[in-house]
Amino acid sequence: MTGAATRTQPRPLAPFLLAAPATLLFVGLILLPLALTAVLSFNVYDYSSGVRNQYTTANYLTVLQDPYYLAIFWRTLRLALLTTVIAVLLGTPEAYILTRMGKPWRSIFLLVIIGPLLVSVVVRTFGWSMLLGRDGLVNHALAVLGLEPVQLLYTETAIVIALVHIMLPFMVIPVWTALQKLDPTVEAAALSLGASRFTALRRVVFPQATLGILSGSLIVFGLSASAFAIPGLLGGRRLKMAATVVYDEYLIELNWPLGAAIAIIVLLANLAIMLAYNRMVERQAKRRLG
Amino acid sequence: MGFLQLEQVSKLYGEFAAVRDFDLEIERGEFISLLGPSGCGKTTTLQMIAGLVTPTNGRITLDGRDITREKPARRGLGVVFQSYALFPHMTVAQNVAFGLEMRKVAKAERDRQVAEILSLVKLTSLADRYPREMSGGQRQRVAIARALVIKPPVLLLDEPLSNLDAKLREEMQFELRRIQRVVGITTIMVTHDQAEALSISDRVVVMEGGKITQVDHPYSLYEHPKNNFISSFVGKSNFLAARAMNEATGVSLRVDNTDLKIPATGSYPGGELCLSVRPEKIRLTDPAGAMLHGPVSSRYFLGNHWLLSVSTPAGEISVAVANLGAPPPSEGDITGLTWNIEECRVLAAEQESALQS
Repeated sequence: MTGAATRTQPRPLAPFLLAAPATLLFVGLILLPLALTAVLSFNVYDYSSGVRNQYTTANYLTVLQDPYYLAIFWRTLRLALLTTVIAVLLGTPEAYILTRMGKPWRSIFLLVIIGPLLVSVVVRTFGWSMLLGRDGLVNHALAVLGLEPVQLLYTETAIVIALVHIMLPFMVIPVWTALQKLDPTVEAAALSLGASRFTALRRVVFPQATLGILSGSLIVFGLSASAFAIPGLLGGRRLKMAATVVYDEYLIELNWPLGAAIAIIVLLANLAIMLAYNRMVERQAKRRLG
Repeated sequence: MGFLQLEQVSKLYGEFAAVRDFDLEIERGEFISLLGPSGCGKTTTLQMIAGLVTPTNGRITLDGRDITREKPARRGLGVVFQSYALFPHMTVAQNVAFGLEMRKVAKAERDRQVAEILSLVKLTSLADRYPREMSGGQRQRVAIARALVIKPPVLLLDEPLSNLDAKLREEMQFELRRIQRVVGITTIMVTHDQAEALSISDRVVVMEGGKITQVDHPYSLYEHPKNNFISSFVGKSNFLAARAMNEATGVSLRVDNTDLKIPATGSYPGGELCLSVRPEKIRLTDPAGAMLHGPVSSRYFLGNHWLLSVSTPAGEISVAVANLGAPPPSEGDITGLTWNIEECRVLAAEQESALQS
């Protein structure tokens, strides 16, 4: 009888105990370091004595007033946006083609799309620097065609190319998932009403993938804005982005509070942009598509 | 020369023929149903007319113009899909206006035509709703309005009522016919539901295995089915094994031990025959002097009629008895069965070719 009694007894602590491991992991690995970084960003830094136990907003003022840092923020925003736009333009048709593929090819091409994620970021990025370098394959090809060699490596173009390459899977997969839920006869209906293939895609198929494009864009923008290895290796020493400048402040300048302030600013800016975008697109799409 | 004409149209998928040698002439304003079980090629035929599937062989002409290989957008036919295929991200009015937009109709004129067609399908008050906010029957009307607003020469309906519940289906069936009459549009409907096909079409095309088996007006189709398949698919039928006894002077059929005299309207090759009688044509009589007799093996009450199954020497026979008052014999009672000899069809026992129609 006691067994039955304990079974029916309510256990108010059970949900908390069950959630404890995940909560601990989340608090320990994300919230705590984030809080420490936030505190650190208000610490006073002195070149002769290092981090002091005093608090100031000077770090933030320095970052927000120095055109050097503002230029880096602007570049980060611009390149992340550009990468997102290109990923949408390439990824959406790619996802559509994938939905229309037959049995063996779909899985093969899905693997090809995920391919970049299976290669180490350092190896992949060095691969790009070999392709895009002064003496690389691209310039050799241009030379064969009788064209002038171009400077690609250590430019923003190189960073965007490499970012798009790695970000495409994050765009294709959510869009593909959204497209798979579509009724294929809806496209046939558009054709029967006089739409061309292109119009049917633009007016009928892709608008229904809005939510997929939205989640893809958020992932791509977030990852691009905080990308580290690609701008680090393909941007060279001069072309810095947010993540690389934080790295420099911490490990080269040893000015941890300033680095922390930059990191917090990037985090807040990223959050603000993503929430605004999410709200804007989702509100429209939710009403229409449910 | 029909308004819409299909000549020797076939669609092959490798070795498999989805549709084979389909010949049909459709007059302007006619309501035609393509009826058959699933996989009989009726939907493929509709898609070939719509231009969504290209025929392997044959010719389709519309009002004298060859449209066999024309793109669906150029044919300008109205299509209502089984799933309705409404654009979920557009309102009812936007859905209906889409076809007009594609035809570059000016905004004011577009609004006028959309309002007109929405009032025809009785949806004026729901113009600003999104499809997911509507019921099945309402979505169905939107799909019809969207197909009709472009004033197509032909309206194609792919199983238009199959997603509706029974009561709504019956209502929409007559609504569909009303709209078709008002607009006067040539309509082709694909269906697997014989009741639907019989009740609203001018002519029914029965298909089986990619081929046409019979094209007829609903009444003649029901009364004079050309083979066993049609008599069992369109309505219900009892099949009795029979044998032709005397071919020279009319025909006498022997069912079990009873001789049935059949007026000689056709020639019967000797040997095994098959007699087909519809359940509602059979009357219950006194066992003495009846064509067949036996005990009632089951009895179901279906509201407007009773369905009886009677075990006779010639097999189980189902009989439909109108609910006219007194209940029919109950299970176990012996009853006699009889029917007018003209009411039954004589078919060859195994082969499905027509012998009398």
